[in-house]
Amino acid sequence: MTTVAQHARLPSDHRPFLRRLATASEPWLYSAPALILIVAVMLVPLALGLSYAFRDVRLLNPFSGGFVGLQHFETLASDKNFARALKNTLFWAGASVFFQFTFGLILALLLDRPFRGRALAQALVFLPWAVPSFLSGLNWAWLFNPVVGPLPHWLTALGIFDAPTNLLSDPQNAMWGPIIANIWWGIPFFAITLLAALQAIPRDLYEAAAIDGANAFQRFWSITLPFLAPTIAITVLLRTVWISNFADLIIVMTKGGPADRTQIVASYIFTQAFRRLDFGYASAIALVLLLLLMAYSLLIVLLRQTMLRRA
Amino acid sequence: MTRSKRIAGTIAHRSAILVYIVVALFPLYWLLKVSVTPNDLLYSEGVRLWPSHASVDHYLFVLKHSDFPRFFQNSVIVSGSTAFIVTILASCAGYALSRFAFRGKYWIVILMLLTQMFPLVMLIAPIFKMLSPLGLTNSLTGLVIVYVAFNVPFATFLMQSFFDGIPKDLEEAAMIDGATRFRAFSQIILPLTLPGIAATLGFVFTAAWSELLFALMLISSSGVSTFPVGLLSFVSKFSVDFGQMMAAGVLALIPACLFFLFIQRYLVQGLTAGAVKG
Amino acid sequence: MASIDIADIRKAYGPVHVLHGIDLSIHDGEFVVLVGPSGCGKSTLLRMIAGLEDISAGEIRIDGRRVNDLEPKDRDIAMVFQSYALYPHMTVAENMSYSLRLRRTAKERIAAAISGAATKLGLDALMARRPRALSGGQRQRVAMGRAIVRAPKAFLFDEPLSNLDARLREQMRGEIKKLHQSLGATSIYVTHDQIEAMTLADRIVAMNAGLVQQVGSPLDLYDRPANLFVAGFIGSPAMNMFNGTYCANSAGPAIEVQGGTRIPLQRQHQIADGAAITVGIRPEHIPVGATNDAGIRCKVELVEPTGLGTILHIRPFGTTLKAFTLNRDVSGSDAVTIRLPAEWLHLFDAQSGQRLP
Repeated sequence: MTTVAQHARLPSDHRPFLRRLATASEPWLYSAPALILIVAVMLVPLALGLSYAFRDVRLLNPFSGGFVGLQHFETLASDKNFARALKNTLFWAGASVFFQFTFGLILALLLDRPFRGRALAQALVFLPWAVPSFLSGLNWAWLFNPVVGPLPHWLTALGIFDAPTNLLSDPQNAMWGPIIANIWWGIPFFAITLLAALQAIPRDLYEAAAIDGANAFQRFWSITLPFLAPTIAITVLLRTVWISNFADLIIVMTKGGPADRTQIVASYIFTQAFRRLDFGYASAIALVLLLLLMAYSLLIVLLRQTMLRRA
Repeated sequence: MTRSKRIAGTIAHRSAILVYIVVALFPLYWLLKVSVTPNDLLYSEGVRLWPSHASVDHYLFVLKHSDFPRFFQNSVIVSGSTAFIVTILASCAGYALSRFAFRGKYWIVILMLLTQMFPLVMLIAPIFKMLSPLGLTNSLTGLVIVYVAFNVPFATFLMQSFFDGIPKDLEEAAMIDGATRFRAFSQIILPLTLPGIAATLGFVFTAAWSELLFALMLISSSGVSTFPVGLLSFVSKFSVDFGQMMAAGVLALIPACLFFLFIQRYLVQGLTAGAVKG
Repeated sequence: MASIDIADIRKAYGPVHVLHGIDLSIHDGEFVVLVGPSGCGKSTLLRMIAGLEDISAGEIRIDGRRVNDLEPKDRDIAMVFQSYALYPHMTVAENMSYSLRLRRTAKERIAAAISGAATKLGLDALMARRPRALSGGQRQRVAMGRAIVRAPKAFLFDEPLSNLDARLREQMRGEIKKLHQSLGATSIYVTHDQIEAMTLADRIVAMNAGLVQQVGSPLDLYDRPANLFVAGFIGSPAMNMFNGTYCANSAGPAIEVQGGTRIPLQRQHQIADGAAITVGIRPEHIPVGATNDAGIRCKVELVEPTGLGTILHIRPFGTTLKAFTLNRDVSGSDAVTIRLPAEWLHLFDAQSGQRLP
């Protein structure tokens, strides 16, 4: 038997400095490349962009770059197009999320029930999600085009349109074009997320409720909805932010037209930067958008806190 | 429930599914239909569900006499490199988040979540200004760098979720068996994460393949255009040649659909990892 | 083979202290079982020996060599995990040879080592299979095989049998004991199952709340539990406990329990007259007699037949006691007489919970 002084009280252990350094830095070594890239390509431009908001930065004017203070924001305050873009953003995000969610939930409930060929049906109904956004934009633009698309003719036949015209060039209703494309493209996202949440609900709860005498609607109301509520809340809220910023479909389908009727804030920023090459003004709008989104997120957090406190 | 009621329920259920399938597929079907409709029939048979005779002329033209093969190649290069680099970086970072408890981890997660929250369109102008003096505008390399940075946070969360699914015991067993932590990572954990790595590759490839706005801003010469940029400029230039555009559209759809079938099993994990991403 | 010495080991996760200074010496070739309820720190201690957890303070020596700063791979120990932790992408043979391959052992020696281990564990026919294709018991054997191919200095077992069903657990328990007898390797075995501890151990270390409660041979702990925790933890069905007061009067030392019943003791104890004490007696040490025998009369409240005998729930003085009797013909409402023999009573200080000297 080997013995050491069994009761010797040892001072707390200190490993050699280099060894401790090596152990402590290991996770950083693994994550450093990703972090450096994120900082360099996302955070630095973000800071730069914030500074542009207070400077005159126009690509075509080599003498620009000077500090202009709040001038961009003054322009912005009286910019009617911006005001309309804000309104349009609310409509765009609200209508898109509402229909995506409603149809997504129905689809998830339909797919939650086992049936023959479910895997195939699932693959087919989720396919729109895989279509690149620019292509779904083009695709729908073509469908609305009376020259090659069937929709105007069908809508006329149904009596909704007076004549087969292009929805996207109707200033009153053009916004519905990108919204419909967005709904088509975004249903799978909600369906997949909600289906996953549905399938995580323990089946025996339904059996217990059925034995207790609950009918299908009561089971949905008292089991399915409460279980889905957290998923619904988080996906709807995050998705709203994402869709407010999602300009691809609008840029592809209408470029914000006709007469800026479909411009949302994100596409307005892109138009300012890409077409007018006015980076300063674009960044000022972006800053306002960022502040609005932060306010929205803060509101959500506060709402959640109050709800949690009440519960 | 009575028998007839149950049958009625089943019929309603199947019909509803059928409606969804038709709505999901119809636009893609129309794309295909127009792309095989000869030009002389395009206007005369506008709303017919299938042309009286089909042809692949549009495809042949697009493949032989247009820039699309080059756009296609550019997109493959950009999306492929992006997917490859992102997967490597995200595997390492995801492993660190999954396996180590360290000071600063919380802030890394916050940072990565933040990048998913703010509108990327904000970065268009500053990134252009930063890349242009470096000669990285009008360059596929520049595009890859930007795409890698944009996709790393989401891919990191995705890889982290895959690593979290592998019991910690396995590496501990390997370390007791005599492996260093890195060897345990590469010989035990990575091989088990292969399906996850493949899914990450697929997700990032699809995302890079679809990206439009930054490509539009950063690329102006057709020689380095990606497919979306090429297709869009084609649309504004020759907006009458619907058959050819749609043939090109079908071609752009192919890789995306292939990757979709490939990552279908991981959709849920992918969507929850990047809950805010498309 | 090696000895393991643990000196004043402490573990804290930030402000949470889970081990409060553990001292333990394990001899070469000894089979030591760490036993205790979940959360008592036994697994943490094992993982610190393995090198999977940092040591907050104190020292661990394997064969006299301080290992605090050694990586797990350099400690030359083997471990069997509760989940078995078999590498899913490797065959049984590859799983078992992985440690040797990492050490660049010669191919022939690897082949010899794994075939030896396979034969010993009856795994010969399974060598080409993947873990997925094995039953729970087979996986457990492979995990054991992976540990023994290397002839390490010590084996660590982290609840290796808790994922098996009762029958397999019993069988593997026997095999582990046999294996230890043939290899004679120093082993540390963590379990929350006191029967495993009793049957396997040369020495048991009973732990609770981050402290060692008692160290000793299985029968030591059974016969002379050092405190209430060990008394209650070791033995099944558990020891009966009831409260009483110590009476050191002229008629001889005794315990007075609720209702005034006096239970005579064998000898005087060093505790004040009238002190509160807790008395323990194992169910199998309570003789149960017929109604007219001498002793305390009480009614049977509940009968639990075990096959071998019967466990009776009785209530002689305000506390329900269990008594085990080989008599299988006792029924629900019978009246019986029990005795509480002085030689089988365990006396503990009611305040400190420590065994009375």
